[in-house]
Amino acid sequence: MAKPDTLTIEPSGPLPRPMFAPGRVMIYAVLILTSLYYLIPLYVMIITSVKDLDAIRYGNIFIPTANPTFAPWVKAWSEACTGLKCSGLAPGFYNSVSITVPSVIVSIAVASVSGYSLANWPFKFGEFFFTVLLVGSFVPYQVMLYPLVIITREMGIYSTLWAVVFVHTVFGLPILTLLFRNYFSSLPPELFKAARVDGAGYWRIFFQVMMPMSVPIFTVAVILQVTGIWNDFLFGVIYAGPTNYPMTVQLNNIVNSLQGVKEYNVDMAATILTGIVPLAIYFFSGKYFVRGIAAGAVKG
Amino acid sequence: MAMKSPSVSIRGLALSYGAVSVLQNLDLDIAQGEFIVLLGPSGCGKSTLLNCIAGLLEPSEGQVFINGKNVTWEEPKDRGIGMVFQSYALYPQMTVERNLSFGLRVSGLPKDEIEKRVKRAAEMLQLGELLHRKPTALSGGQRQRVAIGRALVRDVDVFLFDEPLSNLDAKLRAELRVEIKRLHQKLGNTMIYVTHDQIEALTLADRVAVMKSGVIQQLDDPHAIYNQPRNLYVASFIGSPTMNFIKGEIGGTVAAPSLALGKGDVALKSYASKKKLGVGQKVVFGARPEHLRLNAGNEAGLSDAFDAVVDLVEPMGSDSLVWLKLANQMLSARVESSQIYKPGEKIKVRFRVGLSSIFDAQSGERL
Repeated sequence: MAKPDTLTIEPSGPLPRPMFAPGRVMIYAVLILTSLYYLIPLYVMIITSVKDLDAIRYGNIFIPTANPTFAPWVKAWSEACTGLKCSGLAPGFYNSVSITVPSVIVSIAVASVSGYSLANWPFKFGEFFFTVLLVGSFVPYQVMLYPLVIITREMGIYSTLWAVVFVHTVFGLPILTLLFRNYFSSLPPELFKAARVDGAGYWRIFFQVMMPMSVPIFTVAVILQVTGIWNDFLFGVIYAGPTNYPMTVQLNNIVNSLQGVKEYNVDMAATILTGIVPLAIYFFSGKYFVRGIAAGAVKG
Repeated sequence: MAMKSPSVSIRGLALSYGAVSVLQNLDLDIAQGEFIVLLGPSGCGKSTLLNCIAGLLEPSEGQVFINGKNVTWEEPKDRGIGMVFQSYALYPQMTVERNLSFGLRVSGLPKDEIEKRVKRAAEMLQLGELLHRKPTALSGGQRQRVAIGRALVRDVDVFLFDEPLSNLDAKLRAELRVEIKRLHQKLGNTMIYVTHDQIEALTLADRVAVMKSGVIQQLDDPHAIYNQPRNLYVASFIGSPTMNFIKGEIGGTVAAPSLALGKGDVALKSYASKKKLGVGQKVVFGARPEHLRLNAGNEAGLSDAFDAVVDLVEPMGSDSLVWLKLANQMLSARVESSQIYKPGEKIKVRFRVGLSSIFDAQSGERL
C-alpha cells in the first residue's frame, strides 16, 4: 500500500485513495467489533426465545436450536402469569398504549403552544416562567412521588390510568417546552413579523406558519415522549394500580416471579415484546431524531 | 408638495430597552406618495423606527399617525401597511400563490377578489409562471419579488421596506432597485425604505433621513444630502470614497474671509456660508474627491494651487482615483481615466471651493 509516486505521476483530479488503507481498515474493524458487542445480547435473546426449555438446559447460549418453537412467544403474550393472573403481557400492552397515547398528545400539544408563546409573544414575567421551567426540568422525580400520590388521590384519579397519564404529562412539560421554545426562537423572526403584518393572530400563526415548519421538532418530541413513557416503570407501578399496570411492570412480574421453573425462553420473548415499540420508533425515525436534536441545539 | 395631511407622521417617538435608548424624541412627517429612505449604519435605530411604524415594536413614548389616524396602539394589520423584509420571510410551505394570498385569506376577502389581486400583482412583478412553485424553488431575486407582491396585494397606503436588497448580489440589487423605483412611480404609494447602502438611498429617495444613534441627523433630498451635508457625520457617511477633510483656520478679513490650510490660503469668496465665519475660527474643510482638480490652470471657482505628491492610483473604469499626499495628509481625487498619473509624481492641487463644505471643528456643524 505504497503511496503513488508523486514524482512520476502528474497530479490531476481526485487524490487516489487505496481501498484498504491502514486507517480505513482500523476504523471499520473498530466499528464492526463495537456493533457486534452491542448486538450480542439481542442475538442471545432472540435465539433463546425460540428454544424449548430442554435446549436451554444444554447451556450453550450462543448456538441456535435446530428445531425452533414459537410457543414461548405465545405464552409470553397471552398465558404467562403476572402475579395472580395468567393472561400474559397482552393486557399490559393495552395499558401501555392507553397511557402513552394520551400522555404524548396532551404533553406535546401543551408544550408546543407554551414554547411558541415563550419564543414569540413576549409577556410580563415570561423570563421568570422560563427560569421556573428550566429549574423544573432538573427536579428529580423522587422528590415529587409522594406529593403526587396525594394530589392524584385528591383529584380522585389515583390508581387509574388517568393518574399515570396526568403524571407523565406534567413531567414531560418542562423539557418539551424548552425544546419547542428553542426551536421556535431559532426560526427567522421576520416570518412571524410578516404573518402579523398579514393580519394573522396567535392561533393562525401557530397552526399555519409555525407548525408546518416544525415537523422535525414535533418528531423529536414524539420520539422522546413515546420512548420515555413506554419505558417508564416507576410511575406505572406507583400510580396505575394493579389492574392497570403498564407492560414494563408486568414484564418485571413475569421475569422476577419466584415460583415454578424459570422459563428463560418466555422471559426473553416477553422482554423483546416490551422493547419492540421504542426500538421500532428509533429505527424508523432516527434521521429525524438527529436532525431535530441538532436543530433545537443551534440557538437557545 | 401640496398641503395635504401627511401620510405618516411620527411625534416624539422614543424607544429604550432598559437603560439602552434606541430612539430619542424623534419627529418625522412623510408626505402622501413620498419615497423616504432611512439611512444609517447598523445599530442606528433605522430598523427599529420602521418596526415601530409597522406596529411590530411598542414605542416607549410618542405617537405614530398614518393618514391622520393615531395608530400607536393599533395592530400591524389595522395600520394599512405592507412590509418587505431583508430575509424575504416567505412562508416556506406555501406556494407563491398561497404566499401572496395569505393576508387576503386571513382578512376573509371573497375568492374572486383575492384571485384578481393576486393576478394583478403577479403581472406587475412578472411572477406569472412562478405562482405554483414553493419559495425554495425560487432564486433570491424572485423571492424578494414575491415578498414585494405580498405587500402589493394588500392594497395599502404605506409600504415599508426593511433592507430588501441586502441579501442579493450586486447585479440583482441594481435590477430590483430600478424595479422598486418604477413600482413607486406607477403606484404613487408612500414608501419608507430602510437601508445602509447610500447608493440605494440616493437613487431611490425623494428625501433621505440620515440617522445616527437613534437621531435623524439630516432630512433632505438626495442632492442636498450629498452636496450640503449638515454636519461632519453626514459628510463622512455619504460618499464613497469619503470626503477629504482638512483641518484649518479662518483667516483674512470678515468681509473677505479665507481659509488657512497649512502652507496656503483658500479664498472663500465663492463659498456660500450659512453662518458668519469668524476670523481665527478653527474649522474642518471638506472636499469630495471629484471637487479636487489636478494640474489645472487658475480658473474661476478654483482655489490657489497646493503642492502634492501622487501616492497611489486606483483605476475604476470610468474614472480613476488618485491618492495624494499633501503636507502629510492623504487626499483622494477623482479624475477622468484618460488622465494618467504615476506614483511619486509631483502635481498641483486646486479645490472647487463653491462645492466644498466647511464645518466648525468643535461642533461639527456646517458653516
